[in-house]
Amino acid sequence: MSAIEATDVSRTYELDGVSVQALRGVSLTVEPGDYLAIIGTSGSGKSTLMHLLGGLDRPTGGTLLIGGRDVARLTPNEMAELRNTTIGFVFQSFHLLARTTAQDNVGLPLVYRGAGRRERRDRAAAMLDRVGLGHRITHRPNQMSGGEQQRVAIARALVTGPSVLLADEPTGNLDSATGSSVLSLLESLVDEGVAVVLVTHDRDVAARAHRQIRMKDGRIVETR
Amino acid sequence: MRLAEAWRVALDALRANRLRSMLTMLGVIIGVAAVVALVAIGTGTKQQIENQVEGLGSNLLIVVPGRLEAGSAPTSSPLTLDDLDVVNRAVGDRSRVAVTIASGETVRAGTRTGYASMQGVLETTPTVFVRRLDRGAYFTRTDVSTGRRVAVLGAGVARDLFGDRDPIGRQLTIGGVRFRVVGVFQQLGQSLGVDRDGEVHVPVTAAQRLLGTERIDGLAIRAPDRDRIGDLSTAVVAALAERHPDTDFSAVTQEQILGVLGDILGVLTGVLAAIAGISLLVGGVGVSNIMLVSVRERTREIGLRKAVGARPRDIGVQFLLEAVLLTTTGGILGMALGAGTALLVDRLSPVPAAVTWWSMALAFGVSAAVGIVFGVVPAQRAGRLDPVVALRTE
Repeated sequence: MSAIEATDVSRTYELDGVSVQALRGVSLTVEPGDYLAIIGTSGSGKSTLMHLLGGLDRPTGGTLLIGGRDVARLTPNEMAELRNTTIGFVFQSFHLLARTTAQDNVGLPLVYRGAGRRERRDRAAAMLDRVGLGHRITHRPNQMSGGEQQRVAIARALVTGPSVLLADEPTGNLDSATGSSVLSLLESLVDEGVAVVLVTHDRDVAARAHRQIRMKDGRIVETR
Repeated sequence: MRLAEAWRVALDALRANRLRSMLTMLGVIIGVAAVVALVAIGTGTKQQIENQVEGLGSNLLIVVPGRLEAGSAPTSSPLTLDDLDVVNRAVGDRSRVAVTIASGETVRAGTRTGYASMQGVLETTPTVFVRRLDRGAYFTRTDVSTGRRVAVLGAGVARDLFGDRDPIGRQLTIGGVRFRVVGVFQQLGQSLGVDRDGEVHVPVTAAQRLLGTERIDGLAIRAPDRDRIGDLSTAVVAALAERHPDTDFSAVTQEQILGVLGDILGVLTGVLAAIAGISLLVGGVGVSNIMLVSVRERTREIGLRKAVGARPRDIGVQFLLEAVLLTTTGGILGMALGAGTALLVDRLSPVPAAVTWWSMALAFGVSAAVGIVFGVVPAQRAGRLDPVVALRTE
C-alpha cells in the first residue's frame, strides 16, 4: 500500500468571491522509504500540496488517499487521528511551544492519543536522545540554537512513529552547516522506511532527495 | 486528551499570564464576594427579625382596633378595661390575656432624667409575653386593681437613671408622677427597631390615671396551643365587635407577621443578590473578553496542536477549562472574601449577617457556570480554527 496516493487532486480557494486555483490536477504517489523534494517558487502550490498530503486540508477535486484512507470520507476527528498516527510535520519556523521543555514539546502529539505523562516523557526522552539532544531535554526553546530547535521539532514529528514525514523548508531558518546536519538526520529516517517529503525552494537541498518534483502554477511541471 | 492533562495545560496557560489572569479573576471575585456578603446580610437580618418576633413568645394573638391594611386610617381605640371581661370569657383563662396602653414619657430619678416608653399593662404580661426579670418582682393583680404607682424598669432605663445603684425600692417620676421601682427586666436589646430596654411597665390603671383616659390600645392573648389560635381569634373579635359595633377589630398572629416580614425580607435579599449578580455577570464578560484575546494570541499554538493530532473538541475543552478555572478560582477566592466581609460586618457593625452554605454553593455554582457560558464562544472559535490558516498566523 502506498503511504499517500493523490489522483488528479485540485484545490480551489474562495477569496472575497474570487476563485483561486492553487492546485490543478496533481497526481502523486509516495511510497514507504521515498525521499521526495517538492520544489517551486512562491505561489506555485507547493505549500498547498503539502497541507493536503499532511491531512491538514482537503482537496476540492480528485481523490487523495493517506494511509489507504480517502480523506474526503473522513470526519474532522478522523482527520485529526490520521495526522496523529500517520503524519509527522516539520516546519520552517519550528513551531515549538515556548515556556515548554524540549521533552514536553516532543511528547505533545502523545497527549492527543491519551498517553500518560510518564509514558510521554519516557518516549520523548528516547526520541531526543536519538536526534542527539539527550542532554538538553529540560531546556526550553529560547535556551536552544536554531539547529537544536529543529531537531526537537523532528523528534516531535517522529515520536508517534509516523509513516510519512512532511518537512516544509526545514533548513530555511538555519545556516548551511546546521541545515546539512538536519538533512542528514532526515535522511537516516529514509533508511528506516519512513517516507520523507521536503518542500523547498533551495536547489541544493532538493538535489539530495531521491526524487524531485517541480511545481508551477498549481501543476507538476517536471519530475526527476 | 486526558482531562487531567487538559487541566494542567489550562493551569499553565493561566500561570503564563499571571497579572492578566488575576485581573480577570478580580471581576469574578468581586461579583461572588458581593453575592455571598449581601445574601449573608439579607439572611442575617431576616433571621434576627424572625428571632425577635418569635422571642415575643409563641402562639401569640394580637388584637387591635382598626384594619391592618396599608392606607387605612389609624383608629382611636374604643377599648376599655370593661372589655376585658368578655375577652377573658372567650379565652377562658385570664392569665393568658394582656392589655397595653403605651405612651412616651419623661422619667426622672434624683438629678438624672431620661425618656422611656411607658407601658400600662396587667400583671399577666410576663407570662403572655416572655419577659424575665433581672431583679425584684413584677407587680401583682392587687397592684393593678388598686392602681398602685409601682414600676418595672427596662435594663436601659434602670442604667440611665440609677447607674450602678440597685433601683429596687427607689423612687422615680414618670410624666411628673412619683412611682416606686419594684423590678428590673433582663436586657433584651432591640426588637423590630424598638429599644425594648427603654420600656417602663406600670399597672394599666395607674397609667390610665396618669394619662387621664379610660382607653386601652390593644390586647394580646397567648393561645394554649397553635391549633386554637384560629378559634380564639374569631371568638375574641366577635365578642369585641358585639360591644363596639362601629369599630373593626383585627387579630394578627406571629405567623402572619413572620410571613409578611419574611416575604418582604426575602424580596430584599433577592434584590441584593440580583444586584450582586450583575457584577458577577460583568466579571463573566471580562472572562469572555480575555479568552477571545487568548485564542487570538495563541492561534499558532492551536494550529500546531491540530497538526499533531488535536481534535476540535480537544482544543475547545482546553480553552473552556481555562475559562472555568479562571472563574472557579475567582469563585473560591470570592467566597472567602464575601464570607470574611460578612463576618466583619456582623461583628463590627449593627447590621447582622449570616453566611449560609446554600449562598456559598450557589455562588460557586454560578461562577463555574459563568466560566462555561462565557468560555463557550471563545472555545468554539478556537476549536474551529482552520489549522492551515492558524499555522500561517504570525
